[in-house]
Amino acid sequence: MMSYVTKSPWIIHYDGSSCNGCDIEVLACLTPMYDVERFGIINTGNPKHADIFLLTGSVNEQNIPVIKQIYEQMPEPKVVVAIGICATSGGIFAECYNVQGGSDKVVPVDVYVPGCAARPEAIIDGVVKGLGVLAEKRAAMVKK
Amino acid sequence: MGKRTIIPFGPQHPVLPEPIHLDLVMEDEVVVEAIPSIGFIHRGLEKLVEIKEFTEYVYVAERICGICSFMHGMGYCQSVEHGMNLTIPRRAEYLRTIWAELSRVHSHLLWLGLLADGFGFESLFMHSWRLREKILDIFEATTGGRVIFSVCKIGGVRRDVSNETLQSIIKTLVDMEAEVKELTDVFINDYTVKSRTVGVGVMSLQEAHDLGAVGPMGRASGLVQDMRLLGYAAYDDLDFAPIVETAGDSYARTVVRIREIFQSIDLIKQAVAKIPDGEVSVPVKDVPRAECFERLEQPRGEVIYYTKGIGTKFLERVRVRTPTFANIPPLLHCLKGCDLADVPILILTIDPCISCTER
Repeated sequence: MMSYVTKSPWIIHYDGSSCNGCDIEVLACLTPMYDVERFGIINTGNPKHADIFLLTGSVNEQNIPVIKQIYEQMPEPKVVVAIGICATSGGIFAECYNVQGGSDKVVPVDVYVPGCAARPEAIIDGVVKGLGVLAEKRAAMVKK
Repeated sequence: MGKRTIIPFGPQHPVLPEPIHLDLVMEDEVVVEAIPSIGFIHRGLEKLVEIKEFTEYVYVAERICGICSFMHGMGYCQSVEHGMNLTIPRRAEYLRTIWAELSRVHSHLLWLGLLADGFGFESLFMHSWRLREKILDIFEATTGGRVIFSVCKIGGVRRDVSNETLQSIIKTLVDMEAEVKELTDVFINDYTVKSRTVGVGVMSLQEAHDLGAVGPMGRASGLVQDMRLLGYAAYDDLDFAPIVETAGDSYARTVVRIREIFQSIDLIKQAVAKIPDGEVSVPVKDVPRAECFERLEQPRGEVIYYTKGIGTKFLERVRVRTPTFANIPPLLHCLKGCDLADVPILILTIDPCISCTER
């Protein structure tokens, strides 16, 4: 299924202001039922080792600098995947006073995975789509 | 007194699934003081009650936290129902109890996995989460959702579960029990695992009482406190006793949660044996007009729901006091005097749910 992937991407996950639902589904992707680790996809805590940034939850004043910092510390090429409807648009919390909206207000998002909570199948699909974007970005960097 | 250093911990940290920030004041390797700062996940959803109808707000309440989502919906519904003097069918109360106890099993297995990940025992983490998937399959079969179910509503529950399905749930749980035992024996008996938990972060009974510890955190220090004893939902029909340990260290907190997994499985068996036939919901024809407090036992401890109705379809106020909020002072107490290497484990042993705390 993943034989065309030439590189095993490492992911970093940050919880914006999500309810935990998407976060535990992100972790569920790594565990035996779905097991993306068999493709070499590893959840790393270090932004400098990561290729794909999984962002759950909406953004607010306090977590904007944290998200920016993680994004800036990641080496190029990098891909941002917004997991869940909160990271996409704010979702059910869009009208809350401390929610500024989706994560695309802070960092450029490449793939959106809607759902509340996003199912592991959808998250894996989003990461696979992210791999395509990653390959394009790498090709563009080589040309330069 | 040696030289003091401040080490920032979080908000983004490999061991934390959720952001919380601690400034750890260190003297060499020992933590002298821990200063927390929260607010990274604050959404302000209590205020949403002003623009969402009280029947719609259940969906918001469920999304306070994705791990104990069912119990948040249940607490909110119970509080509003009491405020309206609405009696829900007995079968609905039993179904709520069964889903609540399944949530407890799933939450504790999730926590055991995170703890194992915290001290670097990767395969134990994987096995805990593998077993947890079986509970999620039950949720998916009965409610349609894996983490957010939206099955609780004012006046009962949205779906009935057939008696055959209930029997198959029991069969799954009975089959699981042996596997859970095999898994949890590692936490209880393994020398290496014990070396990370025994005697770490000790809290005495008096301290637990003074600092207001709730749930497994308090029960591990000998505090006999379990809101299920109040007999809400169907708990008045079920036979159980709160699980209490006395050592008050990380090991005792692990043991309390492990024993609660088996207790929950037993409670589900009892509930399925006693569940009556009948309707699962009653129509809602009134609006809430009263103030009401409701206390529930979540996997992390006592949650308090307060709702105030003023005779319109919008509630005036909803207030939630979540267990992790109550457990932060005990955590700060445990962190004082511990080694830097034990900080992640200690944070995990309160089973923190930051999105509950900050809402």
